[in-house]
Amino acid sequence: MEKYIFYILAFSMIAFAIAAVNSRKMMRSVIYLLFVLVGIAGIFFLIDYNFLAAIQLTVYGGGVIVLMIFSVLLVHHIELELTLAKTSKRIIAAIVSAIGIGVFLQIIYTYDFPVVENYKTTSTADIGEKLLSYGDGGFVLPFEVISVLLLAAMIGAIVIAKGKKI
Amino acid sequence: MTKSIHQWLLSFMSETATSITEMVLIALVYLAIFAVAGLYLVLLERRVAAWFQLRIGPNRVGFQGLLQTMADALKLVSKELTGTDRADKFLYNLAPYFVIISALMALSVFPFTQELQAFDINIGIFFLIAISSIGVIGILLGGWSSNNKFSLIGAMRSGVQTISYELSVGLSLLTMILLTGSLQLSEIVEVQKNGWLIVQGHIPAIIAFMIYMIAGTAETNRAPFDMVEAESELGAGFHTEYSGMKFAYFFLAEFINMFIISAIATTVFFGAWLSPFGITESIPWLGVFWFLGKTLLLVLLMMWFRWTFPRLRVDQLLTLEWKYLLPINLVNIVLMALIVWLNLTIQL
Repeated sequence: MEKYIFYILAFSMIAFAIAAVNSRKMMRSVIYLLFVLVGIAGIFFLIDYNFLAAIQLTVYGGGVIVLMIFSVLLVHHIELELTLAKTSKRIIAAIVSAIGIGVFLQIIYTYDFPVVENYKTTSTADIGEKLLSYGDGGFVLPFEVISVLLLAAMIGAIVIAKGKKI
Repeated sequence: MTKSIHQWLLSFMSETATSITEMVLIALVYLAIFAVAGLYLVLLERRVAAWFQLRIGPNRVGFQGLLQTMADALKLVSKELTGTDRADKFLYNLAPYFVIISALMALSVFPFTQELQAFDINIGIFFLIAISSIGVIGILLGGWSSNNKFSLIGAMRSGVQTISYELSVGLSLLTMILLTGSLQLSEIVEVQKNGWLIVQGHIPAIIAFMIYMIAGTAETNRAPFDMVEAESELGAGFHTEYSGMKFAYFFLAEFINMFIISAIATTVFFGAWLSPFGITESIPWLGVFWFLGKTLLLVLLMMWFRWTFPRLRVDQLLTLEWKYLLPINLVNIVLMALIVWLNLTIQL
């Protein structure tokens, strides 16, 4: 049964991804994109990686998409339709995407994926320990770098929002 | 009981068909709970409102008005579905489902008793927070796609409010997670056999509970934080253009969300299905009674808020969240961490 669920999810994701780039109404594209992201969360649930699925829902569903909807709300009127791009631009975009797909498929098919036999789901405690360990295979350095980056971004946003009167 | 049903289904179906039927059955049961809870919370709200305002309230249809909401639901089902002419029809029709599906999904993880829990996921609390962040998309979409100024303003306010207060809900729950050391709801209940968490964590737990209830009320867009649908300024806010069953979806979801916020508080602070001092420990099925009892008390508290406090302005709302609740919350987490570290918790 898991196979069928996977195929249903995968095909709906592909369909919504195509719809997202083809739709000429901006808000609808955003919603199709949301469905694609929720589909990815569904696949994470399917392989029992609940933590990443919930992260996917909060960060992409609740964060990125809501932010996008906000910006659409501010700039876009309900009756506006996006103009079609020029033919030359469309051809270039098609070639670039084809090259991208080629690179991805090449990497995926040449990599020998090992089959893991355990069905234990990853607990948040494991993830937390890995994230803060400074031993072999620990992630404390990237974790700290990202937190510094986030802090810088927040301060930058405040400075921009405040304008001249700092 | 679930085992006997399982055996009975297996007797005339294959393995896969059985599991699918069971899933459908469970979904139907939860849908029924959802509808009944929603309907009767509406009635409760109306009776409580009447009580606070020294009125009588609906008491004509059936005994003490118990069938009133049934009649209302029938009316809503039979009503014509109107909509604005130049709305974005697809998104307009989609929006109510976002709200109601996210509410229904959240309902599935609660431990009503030790056995009665549909989906004991190992990240329980986090899953609830993730799901509730999806629900706001429905409100934003509904407001935008109705092509109506009031709806749009309501949706914008709702977005600002929900995104801000989600932070406080998350952080106050995180404070309690420090005590339990697990996100799984069944394990959170297990920890509370040595005393409910609000007792175990004493001072920081009480602060966290207060912050949680304030932020939770704001999350569900209820008064005093109901700028989203402020009747006196915006008509009906984001659902101005909705009618009939689609409006009922928003309405039901609001009440179910209130129930969910209270149920989370019950699970995390008040020991879910555990009875006070273990008085009914020998009768496990009474857990439902305790769970619903505590939840309804908290629902009553939220209704009490509604009829006690006047509505806030938008700037007051944001000041409350970002200048008061958030700093208090951060200090509170550190305090809780110290208490857990120094073993100062109260164990009964």
